Amino acid sequence: MLTTATGNRAVAAAAKEARPGVVAAYPITPQTEIVEQIAAYVAEGSLEADYIPVESEHSAMAACIGASAAGARTFTATSSHGLLYMHEMLHWAAGARTPVVMANVNRALGPGWNIWAEHTDAFSQRDTGWLQVFVASIQEAYDATLMAFRIAEDERVLLPVMVNLDGFLLSHITQSLETVDVGDFIPPFSLPHAIDTTRPRGYGTLTPPETYYQFRWDMERSMRASREVIAETEAEFARRFGRVYGPTEDYRCEDADVVVVALGTLGKEAEVAVDRLRSEGVKAGSMRLRWFRPFPALDLSGREVVVIDRDYSFGFGGVIAHSIRSTTRAEPYSVIAGLGGQEVTYDDIAGFVRRREAGREDWFGVSD
Amino acid sequence: MFEIRIHSRGGQGGVTAAKLIAQAAFHDGRFATAFPFYGAERRGAPVVSFVRISDEPIKVYSQVRSPDMVIVLDASVMDVIDVFAGLREGGAVLINTTEPLAIEGHPVHPVDLTGIALRVNLVVAGSPILNTPVLGALARIGLVSREAALAAIAETFDDPRNVEAAKAAYEETRP
Repeated sequence: MLTTATGNRAVAAAAKEARPGVVAAYPITPQTEIVEQIAAYVAEGSLEADYIPVESEHSAMAACIGASAAGARTFTATSSHGLLYMHEMLHWAAGARTPVVMANVNRALGPGWNIWAEHTDAFSQRDTGWLQVFVASIQEAYDATLMAFRIAEDERVLLPVMVNLDGFLLSHITQSLETVDVGDFIPPFSLPHAIDTTRPRGYGTLTPPETYYQFRWDMERSMRASREVIAETEAEFARRFGRVYGPTEDYRCEDADVVVVALGTLGKEAEVAVDRLRSEGVKAGSMRLRWFRPFPALDLSGREVVVIDRDYSFGFGGVIAHSIRSTTRAEPYSVIAGLGGQEVTYDDIAGFVRRREAGREDWFGVSD
Repeated sequence: MFEIRIHSRGGQGGVTAAKLIAQAAFHDGRFATAFPFYGAERRGAPVVSFVRISDEPIKVYSQVRSPDMVIVLDASVMDVIDVFAGLREGGAVLINTTEPLAIEGHPVHPVDLTGIALRVNLVVAGSPILNTPVLGALARIGLVSREAALAAIAETFDDPRNVEAAKAAYEETRP
């Protein structure tokens, strides 16, 4: 069905379509509308799920882990400080191999108190073992949430998935949305190690080093296998519903001399900058990174690279710039821009490309 | 791409107006993005929201800086905000006012949205509702079709006075 929706409503609609058995959540701006809407679905009876209103995000994730371990499909949503408050449980969800799906509405971290878009919240959960995807439209927020369930629950993966959307820039805007009848695109959830009272087992017991490292290696093996599962899922989604997704969204990259790499809405805005630059004779392209974990294999050989980071790792640099540097041979021009919701326009992005200098880092609005 | 900036005061429904315009454009078979700018607003403070309408999918997420049209739901914000900042050459202005108003180089469409809302008793918590009648006015000046405007309102609000007010604004707006 074709309709219009905010990013938050689109995520809630997708979560509903996936028929989770348990949703446990705590509200936080700019995510609240997601769980509010799911609570409304449950209250009106259009979603048969247990909605557990908890007293904190830490408990929200703990409840999701427990429900998932009992074999229920689980969903939650959070943002910024809520995500950080979950941190311990995020490691636990991945380590316990409970394939929770969570929407994270990307928002800056305080102090100073700031409710606007930034990616540092998600990147600070980089090593938890969660898969992370970043979207750039209302439609993609919906589609990625649907796909997240199938990917997370695949037996080759069994790791939680975080769907990231930019605070306000996606959560609160209205665009057209085509909802789908998901049918059997998401198979019934069956957790191989689900709690079974007829077969008592220990969960989370003391694990000696010789076993512990095997669990960790198995997580990495699944993370590596998830690349194939993601590709299969995206291909099947395209076959059924007609919309094509991949590890990146490449725009006019084929003959590009310089490629802009960014995530989320900045990655879409970059396409407009590319058109501007092309009209000036600059052979530019845009590569919007969709998956952050597992980090995709990128081919940037022979191109100059401009990376826009809406995040920062203090004492180190832009997280994406350094990820590109360490996984490709590229020596990018690193621009730190959009922190705390700072406005970055396509004209600004075109400017980054014009004054690029390999190996240099600039803070937009500070060092230029 | 056609870009619109809406000026109002917190609580007057400027954000919902943007959503309704996007919905109406969608009914006309076009692409649209409506987005509020959320700051540290509170009720009564000047606020802005934006709409982009295009025949192509919209890739721009930054704020509208050079609008093709400015909508002013509360003329009193003009005392404190330059509502015409960045308005494109020949860009239209739609203002909720009873005063005649002329701006050189720009088509101006004054319409008494507050009067219309009060007349049909479209008042919530003591405040006249402006965001549904404004759709009627915008349909009259050709931004969206009348059918699409009324459809967007009807699917959002159950109270028939919203559609009634929009129809009245349609009649009373000078195209």
